[in-house]
Amino acid sequence: MQEDNSIGIVAPQIAHFDTPLALKCGKVLPQFDLVFETYGTLNASRSNAVLICHALSGNHHVAGKYSENDKYPGWWDNLIGPGKPLDTNQFFVIGLNNLGGCHGSTGPKSMRPDSNKPWGADFPIVTVEDWVNSQARLLDYLGITKLAAVVGGSLGGMQALEWTITYPDRVDHALVIASAPNLTAQNMAFNEVARQAIITDPEFYGGNYYEHQAVPRRGLRIARMLGHITYLSDDVMGEKFGRKLRDQIKYSFDVEFEMESYLRYQGDKFAGEFDANTYIRMTRALDYYDPALRYGGDLTQALSGTKAKFLVLSFTSDWRFSPARSREIVKALLDNERNVSYAEITAAHGHDAFLMPDQHYHAILRNYISNITTGDDYAK
Amino acid sequence: MIMPNNVNTTNSVTKFRQDFAIIANWLKFGSKLLDLGCGDGELLQFLRGSLEVKGYGVEKDDANVLACIKNNINVIQMDLEDGLSGFENQSFDTVVLSQTLQAMHNTEKIVLEMLRVGKEVIVTFPNFGYWRNRWQITTGRMPVSKTLPYQWYDTPNVHLCTINDFNEFCRNHQIEIIQRKVITDSKEVNFMPNILGNLAIYRLKSR
Repeated sequence: MQEDNSIGIVAPQIAHFDTPLALKCGKVLPQFDLVFETYGTLNASRSNAVLICHALSGNHHVAGKYSENDKYPGWWDNLIGPGKPLDTNQFFVIGLNNLGGCHGSTGPKSMRPDSNKPWGADFPIVTVEDWVNSQARLLDYLGITKLAAVVGGSLGGMQALEWTITYPDRVDHALVIASAPNLTAQNMAFNEVARQAIITDPEFYGGNYYEHQAVPRRGLRIARMLGHITYLSDDVMGEKFGRKLRDQIKYSFDVEFEMESYLRYQGDKFAGEFDANTYIRMTRALDYYDPALRYGGDLTQALSGTKAKFLVLSFTSDWRFSPARSREIVKALLDNERNVSYAEITAAHGHDAFLMPDQHYHAILRNYISNITTGDDYAK
Repeated sequence: MIMPNNVNTTNSVTKFRQDFAIIANWLKFGSKLLDLGCGDGELLQFLRGSLEVKGYGVEKDDANVLACIKNNINVIQMDLEDGLSGFENQSFDTVVLSQTLQAMHNTEKIVLEMLRVGKEVIVTFPNFGYWRNRWQITTGRMPVSKTLPYQWYDTPNVHLCTINDFNEFCRNHQIEIIQRKVITDSKEVNFMPNILGNLAIYRLKSR
């Protein structure tokens, strides 16, 4: 018996694709792999699939554990499982690692098919649109024509939104959480500082650090520290750390405040497990996403071809993807008379709130998702 | 929702409030409706079956937003006091404000915003000129009744008005009254409505 409604032990799978994928940047990936996990059972009419799109540093391991003693479940385990808001007794949930990632899908650290060297700096810059196209390939591979829902937070929310634009007939519901229709200049500026930290690290070697057996650890660490500051609110940092000292003031540049200790810990942890080339590409995908651009900046026009029903959620203390940005999406959907609900969740945790098991937030998700009907429901 | 949901009605739709049937009569089949202060979405639920209305609710309260989502009603969480900036001019056939006007701080602003967003507007409010209210005041007490169920110290109602007040408001703001019904306990009141009616339902548009 699993405790706390966990989906239990899960294992990743790999889908290999031999048909070339044309990317937005003009380059073509001749072949690629996508690593993914699934939870729950695909129903007879293949109509209960829910795709989870990950954000900047996420991956395919969304829920469950890899072993009994695994201390860290998937990154959205609090949402997905039997009896959880996204109930695996009812839905077939798919998580994948996006193209360009560093957790098993083809990316900068993968071997090039035409040589026995890793892609490194030559791996193309992938976009939200490219990810959605590759995700559609994964659905084809799994024999799924239409998603009951696509769900994503932050950069994942941009993918959910893009699904409804590019594949309007392949998605019934889109849950766009703590996201935005594009990044503001300030938001892009944080990404640029993060990239510069990585790119100017002497261990970066122009992106070809693998062959030098080097890791641009310092750059990645600073990039992650900066990221963490922007994912939290001033209030929650104040509450969590305040001006607390670890010991007493020593008039040094060592770790003296608790906040510094936290940032360094997060930075070190991340630098040890994430790939710098992936990080700079993920931030670029964020920068470039702007579906309204093709329509002269008119988001209403950009969303005019969508058919999905939408749930748009934002968090009051999220200043990196503020409620105002979510309301822009809502307005464009209203202009198009789409079915849309919007809730602004009161939360202290800033952007990170979308990953927290806040009671009201999860109640909204649970109730929205429980109203999603699948093909088998109609047959009953 | 300012009014309690369990107002007694004598008509067939006892589950729903007494003004809903009148509102439904003023809507076209398949029209696009915005219900401000929609509560748990009961008006939109009431209309969904019969008129195939394309409806959206607007609600501030977390519990009501959750209830709307549970009831499969499109709901947008926002504070009406901030206006309707997320909505385009004349983008709805009808905008409804049902028994919420008297609790608004920016009363004038919201009515004008409704007329901007909606081709037509329906406003319902408790008539402060109803004789029972007048009577209670003559006895030296603030009125407490079925349509005004609060004590003076806990009432959310800050802008109460009479039918005559609202008529003058419309005159001064170039608002055309297309239709008006006044009811007391679900029965229509035609004789001396500002004295005998306890709930006023107005159908408006810009002049």
